[in-house]
Amino acid sequence: MMNDLSRRGFIVTGLALTGLVTAPGAALALTDAKAKALVNQVVDEINRVISSGKPVGAMISDFERIFSRYADVNIIAQSTLGPDSRRLSSGQMRAFVDAFRGYIARKYGKRFNEFVGGRIEVKGVRQVKSWHEVASTVYLRGESPFEVRFLVSDRSGQDLFFDMVIEGVSLRLSERTEIGAMLDRRRGDIDGLIQDLRSAG
Amino acid sequence: MAACAAPGPGHSPEEPFDPYEKTNRKIHEFNRSLDRAVIRPAGRGYSNFLPDDIETLIGRFAFNLSLPGSIVNNILQGNGRGATEDTYRFVVNSTMGLGGFFDPATEIGMPEATDADFGETLYVWGVREGGYVELPLLGPSTERAAWGKVVDVFTNPLTYALDSPENYYGTVASVSSRLSDRGRFSDTIDSILYESADSYAQARSLYLQNRRFELGQGREGSYLDPYDAPYGTAEDPYDLPTGSYGDPYDE
Repeated sequence: MMNDLSRRGFIVTGLALTGLVTAPGAALALTDAKAKALVNQVVDEINRVISSGKPVGAMISDFERIFSRYADVNIIAQSTLGPDSRRLSSGQMRAFVDAFRGYIARKYGKRFNEFVGGRIEVKGVRQVKSWHEVASTVYLRGESPFEVRFLVSDRSGQDLFFDMVIEGVSLRLSERTEIGAMLDRRRGDIDGLIQDLRSAG
Repeated sequence: MAACAAPGPGHSPEEPFDPYEKTNRKIHEFNRSLDRAVIRPAGRGYSNFLPDDIETLIGRFAFNLSLPGSIVNNILQGNGRGATEDTYRFVVNSTMGLGGFFDPATEIGMPEATDADFGETLYVWGVREGGYVELPLLGPSTERAAWGKVVDVFTNPLTYALDSPENYYGTVASVSSRLSDRGRFSDTIDSILYESADSYAQARSLYLQNRRFELGQGREGSYLDPYDAPYGTAEDPYDLPTGSYGDPYDE
């Protein structure tokens, strides 16, 4: 009896100790579970927007809020510029990231009305190279379900997603093509690009 | 097929391999003007004229007729399971589904159709992707997928089993379902063709990403962590994680 109790006490103390030892580590490193939790939050918010039945303008600002909160807009915007991003002053970079955020929100937010009546479900998660990939399935009315993967990383210092991949098509890489073409159209003029971006999408 | 071009060793994995860009762009302009003048209005008209349910029926009918071709390609790929599943699907939908107009196979939870084509068979056989090509009328493709399309005209056994005019039903139905898709996904296609800064580059990027995904290839092989190379300096091998930098001798 006594023996049992003390053993139990030992186990409990042991668990508490391991908890103390591992907790700081767990708080720092991004795990599959944390990546999945982040995407669950994103998906919950998106599902709420889809079922809200709001007008398009309101959906766009909701989407912009979700995007700013859960995505690493800085790295997405920066990487769409490719090597050209080295040419930007820090002021230009801030203006560019800002314009990019609004552009993405308008371009993708206005498509949210196609999602009305649909829902997204988070399926699984796995580590790929240096990031975590969370798979989800989108169910839309009258369409076959399709797959969306969220790529999550903590390399910015926070747990954020840096890409959405829809049936293999990466938002970041597609926008890199688009931003590159917009910059070419302005013959490499960054300020011109920022100006165009403010009204695009 | 050995004619599929190969990229040079210094070719960045994130850049499309497009040795025929000049010709492709001319064909793209042709396709775009054809779309604007004929296909887009026809697709919209078709989609608005026909009730959605009828469009769905025609789409299913066309898809069902493409299944025997998928079965042949599954066999050529050594995918016995895919061939069997597609055969069951074809039998169930052709009989209980009244000639493929309905889709009881999906309703009773049968495995998804494999959608195999000869371009995929070539991939399984180890033929390289080749350069990007844009085909007149048919749109984005790769050299490998384009050869696949040519062969697929002959891989569907229905072409031989049916007499004229029944053997045209499939063709007519698949053209109809393509028009129907143009109408239904009008906003998406318009945004690529008419709203992007360079519709050629955008269509190329979307096609190549999606095609590789469908083949189950290159999902992460060529995808680089943006935090490693935030400036997209794929040229600097020291920035890349070792896994994604391929030994040029492996090609």
